[in-house]
Amino acid sequence: MKFSFQRLLRQPHVTTGTLRNSFDRRAVVMTGIQGGIGLLLASRMTYLAVFENEKYKLEAESNRVNLSLIPPRRGWLLDRNGTPLASNRADFRVDVVPEQMQDAQRTIAELGRLLSLTPIAMQDLQDKLDKSHGFAPVEVATGLDLERFSAVSVRLPDMPGVVTQRGFSRFYPTGPSVGHLIGYVGAASAEEYEKDHDPVLITPGYKVGKDALEKIFEKELRGKPGARRVEVTASGRIVRNLDTREDVPGKTIKLTIDAGIQDYAARRIGPESAAVVVMDCQTGDVLAMASMPSYDPNSFSDGIGRLEWKMLSDDDHVPLRNKVLRGLYPPGSTVKPMVALSFMEAGLDPDESVFCGGGLRVGNRVFHCWNRRGHGQVNMAKGIYQSCDVYFYHFAQRIGMDPIALMARRLGLGQEFELPVVGQSYGTVPDPAWKLRKYHKEWQTFDTVNATIGQGYFLVNPLQQAVQASRLASGKIIMPRMIHDQEHKEMPSLGIPPEHLAYIHQAMSDVANGPGSAPHARLPFPDIKLAGKTGTAQVVGLNIGNGKGGQWKHRDHGHFISFAPVENPRYACAVVCEHGGGSGSAYPIARDVLTYIFDKQKGMDILTDLEKKWGGTAKERLDARYRAYSAQYGVGAPAVSPEEESRKVQEAEAAQEPRQPIVSGAQSPAPEPDAATVPAAPAVSPGALPSAPQGPVQGTVRPGNTGGAQ
Amino acid sequence: MSRSIVPEAISRQPWLMLIPLCGLVALGAAVLYSAAGGGLQPYALSHVVRFCVFLVMAVVISHMSRNLFRMAAYPVFGAILGLLVLVELIGAVGGGSQRWLNLGFMSLQPSELMKPAIVLVLARFYETLPHAMTASWRGLVPAGVLIALPALFVLIQPDLGTATAVCFGGVVTMFLAGLPLWWFVSAGGALLVIAPIAFFTLLHDYQRNRVLVFLDPEADPLGTGYHITQSKIAIGSGGIFGKGFGNGTQSHLQYLPEPHTDFVFATMSEEWGLVGGFFVLLVFAIVLGWGMGVARRAPDRFSSLLAAGMTATMFFYVMINLMMVMGLAPVVGIPLPFMSHGGTSMLTNMICLGTIMAVNRWNQGRGSLG
Repeated sequence: MKFSFQRLLRQPHVTTGTLRNSFDRRAVVMTGIQGGIGLLLASRMTYLAVFENEKYKLEAESNRVNLSLIPPRRGWLLDRNGTPLASNRADFRVDVVPEQMQDAQRTIAELGRLLSLTPIAMQDLQDKLDKSHGFAPVEVATGLDLERFSAVSVRLPDMPGVVTQRGFSRFYPTGPSVGHLIGYVGAASAEEYEKDHDPVLITPGYKVGKDALEKIFEKELRGKPGARRVEVTASGRIVRNLDTREDVPGKTIKLTIDAGIQDYAARRIGPESAAVVVMDCQTGDVLAMASMPSYDPNSFSDGIGRLEWKMLSDDDHVPLRNKVLRGLYPPGSTVKPMVALSFMEAGLDPDESVFCGGGLRVGNRVFHCWNRRGHGQVNMAKGIYQSCDVYFYHFAQRIGMDPIALMARRLGLGQEFELPVVGQSYGTVPDPAWKLRKYHKEWQTFDTVNATIGQGYFLVNPLQQAVQASRLASGKIIMPRMIHDQEHKEMPSLGIPPEHLAYIHQAMSDVANGPGSAPHARLPFPDIKLAGKTGTAQVVGLNIGNGKGGQWKHRDHGHFISFAPVENPRYACAVVCEHGGGSGSAYPIARDVLTYIFDKQKGMDILTDLEKKWGGTAKERLDARYRAYSAQYGVGAPAVSPEEESRKVQEAEAAQEPRQPIVSGAQSPAPEPDAATVPAAPAVSPGALPSAPQGPVQGTVRPGNTGGAQ
Repeated sequence: MSRSIVPEAISRQPWLMLIPLCGLVALGAAVLYSAAGGGLQPYALSHVVRFCVFLVMAVVISHMSRNLFRMAAYPVFGAILGLLVLVELIGAVGGGSQRWLNLGFMSLQPSELMKPAIVLVLARFYETLPHAMTASWRGLVPAGVLIALPALFVLIQPDLGTATAVCFGGVVTMFLAGLPLWWFVSAGGALLVIAPIAFFTLLHDYQRNRVLVFLDPEADPLGTGYHITQSKIAIGSGGIFGKGFGNGTQSHLQYLPEPHTDFVFATMSEEWGLVGGFFVLLVFAIVLGWGMGVARRAPDRFSSLLAAGMTATMFFYVMINLMMVMGLAPVVGIPLPFMSHGGTSMLTNMICLGTIMAVNRWNQGRGSLG
């Protein structure tokens, strides 16, 4: 078609003929265009089906086939006799994957209805969803019965993003008793997935260890996930199974813990805030490591709900802190056998005595004995079993601090042990070099005097006290161990002369079986005796409280270290009773735990009676408390942000880190009303006691870290 | 074929086109059978039944006289335009968009009927237009109004696909009617300028989104690009010979959206492969080529424009649908003639086919019936 500019302007001459002609030409053009598009389509299709065939085949396969991981069964944690401390329980569960849900609000409401979730559970679920990261599954419910499970299963096609599973969930038969020892499991957090891109972490139902042994042995316990290849529709409905690979369960780990002793010790603590450590004092096997109050790890695995969180943070007994490893306390008089050993090593004749009149003037300060009436003439044995402070005030000045500090370290105080735990606070064994390093101050005589009764800068944890008891009992360098499969090897000797140890053993035995400070600590067996040492550590200055009554957090810590039998030591036990109001709160626990070890029935009878008074076992009391909270607060508990949560946990772990102000005065122990009575609870009201006896020229006593010793 | 054996009414049918077409419908029925998970219900049987019923209708149409077509052109157009307005009114009263008119026994989509009607009315218009005026404004403006009126009503339904189809049929008829070429060239140029502006102002969000996704389907494979991606996977994974009848995973596991209507070609390709695809293309080439042949053999302006316009309308369906399923055009709801399940589309295409057959008959009977 020739194109000329004139034709645009001039009306073209149109006739039937030209129109027919133009139609014919244009029809050919149209046919050509149609043919061209036909060719285009044909070649496009050839391209897709032939040249890109491989790629699209693969994509069709990845559409059709869904590889779903089967979470591996977690390895069991067994006690030394093969009793499970942490096992797995077959379980029906429901999870949701937030990013796959189409109408989250509606789906969650529907799930709540089908599973009959309580308003509290719904609220916790909503909290978890708010915090979740799209791809990571969120647990809706576990431990479902078949009926509710199937009710959800049959509706799956209408609820995209919901996953039902028959799997296994972690089960801790003794619940709160092993909380701090074993830890707990929970869904992997975003940070954990960042660090370890194992896809099993975001498999619905898979839990990672969050604390203690569960966390330490995560790699061993994890196992290998199984896989199931299924054909699925676009909406995720499973059409058929293609093939399945079984999971490889995680490794079983056998601990040195004795499940019975662990549970007994935890339950025997009762309503107190306390830590109990039991060790085999020949091998170093840790038989029990209980810290109470605790949480129930069973109920933690689905995340910590608002109500649980409120319960934990309202409790001034700090249930989140593992007091065995994280609690630091002035050891009080429990250091006296150790100090006595250092005296003997330094050449002091144990028969050399000093007169105790209720106090001792050191320089221009007066240091009181806990017994204001005085002990009369006191030698080393009496100094230990009567826990006379003046004896130690006197001879410590002669011997000096360095031999004492050396002995303290030899016996394990201030030491960090190689154990599979997430953290140890190892405290302080003070000596002149340490003070100079830390405070740039010279060591003073009164520092030595304070240290000999386990006050001043002295801080230990309950595990160290148990190790100390074990080493005192065996005379060997006992190292605590928690994993059972290691070879036993003969522990090297401490190098302390046997006659020194025999002397100390006798004095410690007299604490309970002789004229000592804790006659009621005697074991109820004619042939088995325990040796022990009491300790009372003051928490606040005498100007604030006398440590026996009044506000709970102002009461003294109670300590007791012990071993039994005396003649052939086998078990060592250390008890720390936080704010128990004195050693009287601690030694009955140690006595009953040792009783249980030697005669289970006798021990259980004692415990059963006590638990009747307390209102049930630890687990029952925890459950009752939860019910009370849910009745009182319902869904009204405040939400917890993840930042606040981690801050609180850190606080709980770090609260006992030494906050040691400079001590520049005598830390006289509070007067003990009558050491021979057994005050399981503080019996004396503050008014009945003389107000804080201050030395005539006594320096300032800073509140917070003063204490007394008994 | 000898006249003595086969009755004339049968032997005169355009078998060279009809037999491949029946093959195509049979293939379509097989695909629908498979898409239903291996059952005649609910798609395959009604597909075949409809084809048979509408084929009879097409034969009836093909027996109508040229004069009847001429006389009916404007009234039919007016009636359908009226229905379009009615649909709008009902939609406005009922709230929301409405495309269907519920007649009780069937639901009618007037916009579909408008596609052949616009061709008919334009063919009639250019027949009556004095030839000398073809290149003047009188050849353009009334025709433009005739196209714009229904297109606008369809557009506000909103149904961009059908509106485009109506425009396409109308414009092709105008083009073949001999309007000056440079009008089309400059209109095309203007469209290039206006289209981007319209894209950002006139289109609904979902329509705009479809276009954007078409340009980059992989950008959002789980969202709106899903349709295109899944369709390409279905076609591509079929390979040369396909996965075999009844073995298509994309359609059976519901990855392919609308496997029995808009994406029926993808469903077919997955199971029948490139071979099936070429068969479909070949049948369409035969049918459309036959239609253009009929148009060119037509003795007069009305019949030739009518046949060519109807062919173009059918072609538009085929082109847009196939380009869409192969990822060459945005997703618009246009079914594939003779294969997709759906009554209205089948009705429209059979009306087009019947009309071309009528022209074919007029061609054959030039001597006696003309």
